[in-house]
Amino acid sequence: MKPFLEITNGKKVSRDTIPHLDVDTFCDNALHIVQNGGKVVHFFAYEDLGTTKFLAVLRTDVLLAAGCDAPESYPSLTRTCEPFHLFEREIAEQFGILPQGHPWLKMVRYHENMRQMPDVFNNDYTKDIPGNYEYYQVDGDEIHEVAVGPVHAGVIEPGHFRFNCIGERVLHLEIQLGYQHRGVETLLLKAAAKRLPILAENIAGDTTIGHGLCMAQAVEALASLQVDDGAKIIRTIALELERLANHIGDLGALCMDVAFQVPANYFGRIRGDFLNLSLLLCGNRFGKGLVRPGGVRFSLEDDVRKTLDERIRELKPQVEHVLALIFGASTVRARFEGCGRVSKKDADHLGLVGFAGRASGLAYDARRCFPTEHYPHLTIGENAKSSGDVYDRARVRYDEVLQSIDIIQSLIDKPVDTQTVEGIMPVLPPSSFVVTVNEGWRGEVSHALLTDEAGGILRYKVKDPSFHNWNGLAMALRDTGISDFPLNNKSFNLSYCGFDL
Amino acid sequence: MLTILKNRLEQGYRTCNYPKEKPAVFPRYRGRPVIQKTADPELVKTCADACPQNAIVVEKKKIDMGRCIFCGTCERISKGAFVEFTGDFEISTATKADLVTDGDLPSLAQHAKQHFKKLFGRSLQLRQVSAAGCNACEADLNVLATPFFDLARFGINFVASPRHADAIVVTGPVSRNMKTALLQTYEAVPEPKAVIAVGSCTLTGGPFYESPEITPGLDTILPVDLFIPGCPPHPLTNLHGLLTFFK
Repeated sequence: MKPFLEITNGKKVSRDTIPHLDVDTFCDNALHIVQNGGKVVHFFAYEDLGTTKFLAVLRTDVLLAAGCDAPESYPSLTRTCEPFHLFEREIAEQFGILPQGHPWLKMVRYHENMRQMPDVFNNDYTKDIPGNYEYYQVDGDEIHEVAVGPVHAGVIEPGHFRFNCIGERVLHLEIQLGYQHRGVETLLLKAAAKRLPILAENIAGDTTIGHGLCMAQAVEALASLQVDDGAKIIRTIALELERLANHIGDLGALCMDVAFQVPANYFGRIRGDFLNLSLLLCGNRFGKGLVRPGGVRFSLEDDVRKTLDERIRELKPQVEHVLALIFGASTVRARFEGCGRVSKKDADHLGLVGFAGRASGLAYDARRCFPTEHYPHLTIGENAKSSGDVYDRARVRYDEVLQSIDIIQSLIDKPVDTQTVEGIMPVLPPSSFVVTVNEGWRGEVSHALLTDEAGGILRYKVKDPSFHNWNGLAMALRDTGISDFPLNNKSFNLSYCGFDL
Repeated sequence: MLTILKNRLEQGYRTCNYPKEKPAVFPRYRGRPVIQKTADPELVKTCADACPQNAIVVEKKKIDMGRCIFCGTCERISKGAFVEFTGDFEISTATKADLVTDGDLPSLAQHAKQHFKKLFGRSLQLRQVSAAGCNACEADLNVLATPFFDLARFGINFVASPRHADAIVVTGPVSRNMKTALLQTYEAVPEPKAVIAVGSCTLTGGPFYESPEITPGLDTILPVDLFIPGCPPHPLTNLHGLLTFFK
């Protein structure tokens, strides 16, 4: 038996069949896989009948899973393998398990651990934030620090950014989040079943469909619910509409950050038009209430389909023309090109996903590698670029905007028939496990669900792509002018709430 | 240059004529709920049990728009015999109690604080504080700055510093980790000032109710003047609330 078991995206696995290794074998094999090009999809702890256990889901060309009993402390994997960095910190925070020798052992979100163990970070949680932690500091005569947040200047989410600079040049940026922490994973264990799809949709509102799909597919896999082809098409359309609205909004905002107001305003308005198309589908601009276990709550009747088709036909040339305006402007290129470069090597070490990874040359796209819904029938290009700068992060989105429009148009040119569902949560089978992976607009969204002997939810693990990519933003800022921070930030546009849970 | 001009021609004039005319919203939009008062109590109870937000007040046959996320579950179960969600997006209220409704909302304009209208009617500067929501409310506030809504034409702007602001607009269920920063931002706004709560999270905790990490309603920690329900509120709901309450 191989140490790690090959599993399939969105397929139920009996928990008995997941290899339960000893700690050393588990760590050695996990390291071996990731050091040879594998990536971490999940690495988390959970409690099972009084024992705390580890479970890792890794990805190569396939998904691999294995677990072990969790030690109270163990030699940190991050020391030799960077992609484990935040996962180990998260485990330390959630379960009080110490990764010895972790190079930057800090709290992730600032909350008590789930099993009343002594706090690894010596925080006193009766006190409000900030906790007991230090920022990375650079010493020297002309070094200065800039602290920004948690409340930012715009209408955006809270987080703290600490820049170490020499003059205008950023030597190091450290990002401390946690302000948006709502206790989602704990709530998913305690809340009534009827609330679960809604909690999933509200992990990150701009990724409502991405997270909603992950939960729906997990429940469908466990409870053997069949989803009809029409629902799969509607879900695919919704996920692509989400991608379009966000990419278009961000491309406009990038123009705002380089003082090119004209396309910024056009794309600001056009983004709203795409949000309205989600409203056309399901009554909510962010797609809330559309995806439920078993299918979708709203059908795509012919009148809705025709309106959708007309609107997209109307919007497509406008989008193309504004894209041409943006990417044809030398002033835009002058600011985008070479700014905030993340090399392929760094992106690979950090385990970047989504368009940010693709901009640095990592072609991974879950729609192509682990396709769900209608994606097995679609051709998804590689979209990989090479320079990893703001320009390429924008350029990947340029490509994806046009592809998403094509995908939607190809799906709505004939009638779509589906039996709508109410999304009543089914009974889940005992001692089962499933992992679902979808390519949200930012990248790999994944949920992992474990049930106990009675079919109750033992552990619900959520991972937003932002969990992988925030360190990519920090890396992009190295040796970059601090005034280019907004531009870089927007080029990634990561989720605070998706990270903070 | 030619590309800029061609785009400009193609884009045309896009600003809506609200509040003079109400823009059309797609029919599946779920706005102000209207209750059938004659509904069978059993049906009301069935709806209440199915409501993921526990937003239905069975004995009063009312719906709490502060808790409601407008998912439409009750409308679907009752097939409209208990609740119907209308296309009316003008649903903000001046008190939390008014959010518990049978569909007959008190006029916001009449309940608005008159001294606010005098002070802020011609110029209203807002400081937004995002406090642990899902970022959809923030997105649909941000969108008010786009040409279609063009908030600035009413003399209303979002500003960077609380020192420049007349009011704070709060979104999210105010996590423990964000509470201090929110209260400090509020303190930094000069008197007289207003507090606007946007979205079901801010009103009651929204989808995260019963989590120990959040605050069960902004009004438990700050004096809220304007309550804007929704998950998230439609941009026109936000616009209506701001214009009616302050103009």
